[in-house]
Amino acid sequence: MRLPLLALLAKGPAHGYELKQDLEQLLGAAYPPTNVGQIYVTLGRLEKSGLIEGEEIAQESRPNKKIYRLTDSGQEALRAWFEETADEPRVRDEFFMKLALAPRTGLADQIALINKQRREYLITMRNLSKLAAAEDRDNRISQLLIEGAMLHLQADLDWLERCQEELEELE
Amino acid sequence: MSDPADDSIRTGADDSVRPDTGSPLLRAEGLVKTHHGEGAPAHAVRGVDLSVRHGEFVAVTGPSGAGKSTLLHLLGGLQRPDSGSLWLDGECTDAYSEARWAVERRRRIGIVFQFFNLVSNLTVADNVELPALLAGTSARQARAERETLLAELGLENKARSMPGELSGGEQQRVALARALVNQPRLLLADEPAGSLDSKGTREVMRLLSRFHQRGQTIVLVTHDARLASAADRAISFFDGRIADDAELDRAPRRGTGLSGVLELKG
Repeated sequence: MRLPLLALLAKGPAHGYELKQDLEQLLGAAYPPTNVGQIYVTLGRLEKSGLIEGEEIAQESRPNKKIYRLTDSGQEALRAWFEETADEPRVRDEFFMKLALAPRTGLADQIALINKQRREYLITMRNLSKLAAAEDRDNRISQLLIEGAMLHLQADLDWLERCQEELEELE
Repeated sequence: MSDPADDSIRTGADDSVRPDTGSPLLRAEGLVKTHHGEGAPAHAVRGVDLSVRHGEFVAVTGPSGAGKSTLLHLLGGLQRPDSGSLWLDGECTDAYSEARWAVERRRRIGIVFQFFNLVSNLTVADNVELPALLAGTSARQARAERETLLAELGLENKARSMPGELSGGEQQRVALARALVNQPRLLLADEPAGSLDSKGTREVMRLLSRFHQRGQTIVLVTHDARLASAADRAISFFDGRIADDAELDRAPRRGTGLSGVLELKG
């Protein structure tokens, strides 16, 4: 959450609630409702580390609000963020360990594990399809986020299929 | 601890957990099909029991070579099983002749294929109207049906085009219109997005979902999990057999729902 907040502040100062709205507008229904409390906590931390600075604005009949702006070191941190490439996605390691260890325990069947996992993925895939259908078709960022999640799941499902092919041959 | 998900597991042979809504639209018992080509015989379908209710949308998924297309061909009478029986709307089809199957494929079963199989020297309009005319629909009625379907599929401006002038996605929509023109009870789709790009795939998915919502019964064969996820039931087909059969139309098991797969870390 830290760097996306810095990135949202790059275009100009804003207060916490505006940032929450910006995030929701950008990501649409694809993004789970953002907890505004979490945003305030993160902003507090960013301020402490000198990446942003806040200014209290007095408001009539309402509590003061704090407007945050990006500092030079915040700008630098943001530049460094764009400079780095992101980590590769990881194989579903917990499932893999279950699959690898099942035969030694005698407590679970590998094919049954695969079938169960596949069901879960397919149900999630279905819910993602529904989400994509419900989301504004013109919100490209949101649609791309959902499509990314679907393609990852597709890869996981393909891999389950490979596991099943290999392990069924052994049976 | 018992997993509530297990309540939704069904094997093709087990009808007891299904609400009884009259006879299923499609029922298969003990279907077997072996291909004898060059080399060793290929056991494409090895004892399949399956039941599809009216209004159900079933996806059959599995690796290529698992026999899922052969299964679909058996369900549509395009190939005949070596053994086993098939009921359509409660009626046993074992004694059907080729001619009878051809009639069924015009009236009660619509099929779409991976490579569209449109008649290349007929216009889009004629491709769609032809099965209606063959089924004995009047020319006027056939034209009306065709106009409705093409409009529905966003192809009203393509009626006079030849199939070769259309994109793959458009050709598949024409094929879908042709398959649905006689309002078949059952729509069979064999890798309908297999030769389409990602956008075309989504389009096919959207259309299948839409027709399903209006009550169309669909059996879809695909290796694409995204496409399969449009169905409300998924059958995993491995090595000629049903390995798993699961309802998809329920909430994910974990409370986190979708947020886990959509989680963004800053």
